[in-house]
Amino acid sequence: MRRTVGALLRKELLIELRSWQSVPGMSLFAVTTFVVFHFALNRSSVDGDLAAGILWVTLLLAAILGVNRLFVADAEEGGFDGFLLAPVDRGALLLAKALALLTYLVALELVAVPAFALLLLAPSLTSTLPSLTGVLALGDVGVAVIGTLVAALAVRTRARDLLGPLLALPLLVPIVIAGARASSPLLALPAGQPAARWLATLGLYDLLFGLIAYALFDFLLED
Amino acid sequence: MAAVQLEGLARHYGEREALGGVSLSLEGGQSLVVFGPNGAGKSTLLRVLATLLRPHSGRVRVLGRALPDEAWAVRGRIGLLAHEPLLYRDLTALENLRFHARLHSVAQARVEELLARLHLRQRCGDPLRTLSRGMVQRVAIARAVLHEPELLLLDEPRANLDPAAIELVDPLIGATSRRTRVITSHDPARGLAEADVVLGLRAGRPAILRAAREVTVAEIAELYR
Repeated sequence: MRRTVGALLRKELLIELRSWQSVPGMSLFAVTTFVVFHFALNRSSVDGDLAAGILWVTLLLAAILGVNRLFVADAEEGGFDGFLLAPVDRGALLLAKALALLTYLVALELVAVPAFALLLLAPSLTSTLPSLTGVLALGDVGVAVIGTLVAALAVRTRARDLLGPLLALPLLVPIVIAGARASSPLLALPAGQPAARWLATLGLYDLLFGLIAYALFDFLLED
Repeated sequence: MAAVQLEGLARHYGEREALGGVSLSLEGGQSLVVFGPNGAGKSTLLRVLATLLRPHSGRVRVLGRALPDEAWAVRGRIGLLAHEPLLYRDLTALENLRFHARLHSVAQARVEELLARLHLRQRCGDPLRTLSRGMVQRVAIARAVLHEPELLLLDEPRANLDPAAIELVDPLIGATSRRTRVITSHDPARGLAEADVVLGLRAGRPAILRAAREVTVAEIAELYR
């Protein structure tokens, strides 16, 4: 299983490094959205709930771009069939795709969070960055798992560009709510600590969808 | 034991019947060549045998295992050369083959061997999208035989290949490979020459099913009229 996941993940990252189809688009979208918020709100800085809301909604929408592209190469170039013909555990594909999406999300945040801090955020992130990183990581795991599940479902339909976001957004709303509530104290003036219950909500949601995805994924790949 | 055994196989796409009433038996080491016009069900038959499509009715046994229930047991023993090469355009030939070698737990030396045998070494570091269709077909053939499959499913395997390339691939996928083969073809003369059994499909239904020596080129040509 580990060997298969490694081979699949390596292939995913190589394709992204060659084609740059996901991460640059996601990052550019996030930065552009922050600029739009900057002018639309007519404010040079935000904090607290508003800052957390802007950050999480922007990251969620940028993530959807990556979710939509996640299985495109496999569907268009026959990679699905190539994988299905191999005598390997199909759960390996779920894990590898989720890990690939997680990598894209981390890359997105490496660009988006500094851009957010620069363009919109009032408080400094210096002291709260480790805690914010933890909250973002919990959110990313959920987005990666749900995104992979939804992408696998949508990619086999003709309306995948529409179906992906339509299915993903309602499932990702609890992550945005919990993520924004957990990050709000970290982005407030003065900064506080994230509430444990929202962190627990994120963790439980990740676990729940991890189990659902593992149970359903085989079925999604079947004819 | 028959390598492929079909009894009343049927497969639909929505309301349309793509395959129906297909019954045949193919012994190990034999070659079945499937003829028929576009849309006759040839590729669907290959995809059912490859475990990629479920049969909607009838019984299918491949390499002694019942499909779809025991598909997991035969996947690694089948090599499929489909219309699409099942390769990633942004990866090189070497990367594509190494990827499939890892999925099939095949030693990397086998990749090197196939690249050499198919004269692909010089261009194996170039992304697939920069290769000619003939070269991509050679890489696809290398992928299909990488794990030394017992059953080869070949969808027009010589498409896009020049005579020199055909000579290169024949030891791997031709009669001398000694593998059980199911081949789709539009070339009656060549197809008959390498067939033990001939299946002619018309609108998903068998119009010809006999030993190759009992079938004439004219009969096959009739399928396309």
